[in-house]
Amino acid sequence: MLELDKLVKLVGDGIEAVVTALGLGPTWVTLVQLIVAALVVVVFAALVVLFLVWWERKVSARFQMRLGPMRVGWHGTIQTIADALKLLQKELITPANVDRGIYFWAPVVTFVAAMAVYVTVPFGKGLIVRDLNIGILYILSITTFTVIGLLMAGWSSNNKYALLGGFRSAAQVVSYEVPMALAIVAVVMLTQTLSMGEIVSQQAKFYQWYIWRQPLGFLIYLVAATAECNRTPFDLPEADSELVAGFVTEYSGMKFAMFFLAEFLNMFTVAAIATTLFFGGWNGPFLPSWMWFLIKTLAGVFVLMWFRWTYPRLRVDQLMSFAWKFLLPLAFINIVLTGLGIYIFRP
Amino acid sequence: MVSDFAAVAVFLGLGVGFVLITFLLAKLVSPSAPNAIKNSTYECGETPFGSAWIQFNVRFYIFALIFVVFDVEAVFLFPWAIAYRSLGLFAFVEMLVFIAILIFGLLYAWRKGVLKWY
Repeated sequence: MLELDKLVKLVGDGIEAVVTALGLGPTWVTLVQLIVAALVVVVFAALVVLFLVWWERKVSARFQMRLGPMRVGWHGTIQTIADALKLLQKELITPANVDRGIYFWAPVVTFVAAMAVYVTVPFGKGLIVRDLNIGILYILSITTFTVIGLLMAGWSSNNKYALLGGFRSAAQVVSYEVPMALAIVAVVMLTQTLSMGEIVSQQAKFYQWYIWRQPLGFLIYLVAATAECNRTPFDLPEADSELVAGFVTEYSGMKFAMFFLAEFLNMFTVAAIATTLFFGGWNGPFLPSWMWFLIKTLAGVFVLMWFRWTYPRLRVDQLMSFAWKFLLPLAFINIVLTGLGIYIFRP
Repeated sequence: MVSDFAAVAVFLGLGVGFVLITFLLAKLVSPSAPNAIKNSTYECGETPFGSAWIQFNVRFYIFALIFVVFDVEAVFLFPWAIAYRSLGLFAFVEMLVFIAILIFGLLYAWRKGVLKWY
């Protein structure tokens, strides 16, 4: 019905026909196809972020019994577009004392790391750019690059708030990376593959979702993912009340917008990975597959927003000891339990 | 034939291109009127005091070090996890030994006070 895989195939074949007609080989066909796919993903990412920013403001407002943006467009729907246009016109201030090279490249690194994940995210049936055979490991490693961008921003700004924000975010992301990886190891023990496409196809039925066999793993993943996105209750890197804006303090206009974009994109990413690993990916009845993916992922994002208005911010020492003294041993226990379970109930 | 990782390269290249084009666009449409006060470091209205490039707390280094140890161990677990079902009891026992070593390492770091955030 509304499946997009036929359309994707049609466009792919169209590109192949055009490029071949120009007298270029199959390598060029693949390259042009990849570039078009990457362009589509960039546009999709921008649209998702525009939507998420609006949605976050609406959700926050509803939690506080306000209305949120109402003026620009129907229920404020095009408010974020207006904001983006405003940000585009703002002066790009480069403070005099910054380390110019690192200062310039920090938003680039942060955004690229957030976007490169989408090479192997299965959006729907046939809607995956490349089903890499090391899929989930690739995602884990490329998301960690975000922290390098944040650290670059914090250090190069030559601002104490930015420096503290950058270091805090590095310490935090790095600490929660380990339980997150170990939670995913437990899932991989069940899937026996790292490829995102295959993980989804293993969960065709509702009772095959890995959440039923990995409830503890999912909880560990959820907490670690919230920390990875620097979201409340783990929003210490940007703790507005103590650090102004953390590592983005010295950034203005579009440079600030890039960090913002990357942050919301990361939120979508962790929800998408949770959907793929634990909630059956794009599998679902009646609706087209990409719609199921979006519904499940946006539900995950909603949970992150819900956290924001439910939990107060942690202290740094609580944050670190929670990761190392509670989540990490729990993740080890989860692996041993999973191993035991597979060994006992081996088919 | 183009390898799967060409996709990664294309994405990285296009991502960089997207950001740079956006910056260029912003540069073209935004005003530019720098002055000494605007370009000074922001410290909530106070005159900035000294540089921020100072020696930072050593505990960040220690956490970075134990992160490297545990993350490498997590990477070692991935191939084992994939092959787990086909290896049977041998893999299970070996995993217990490996994780026992990891937990021992964690306990050692804990006892040494590495995990304490003063």
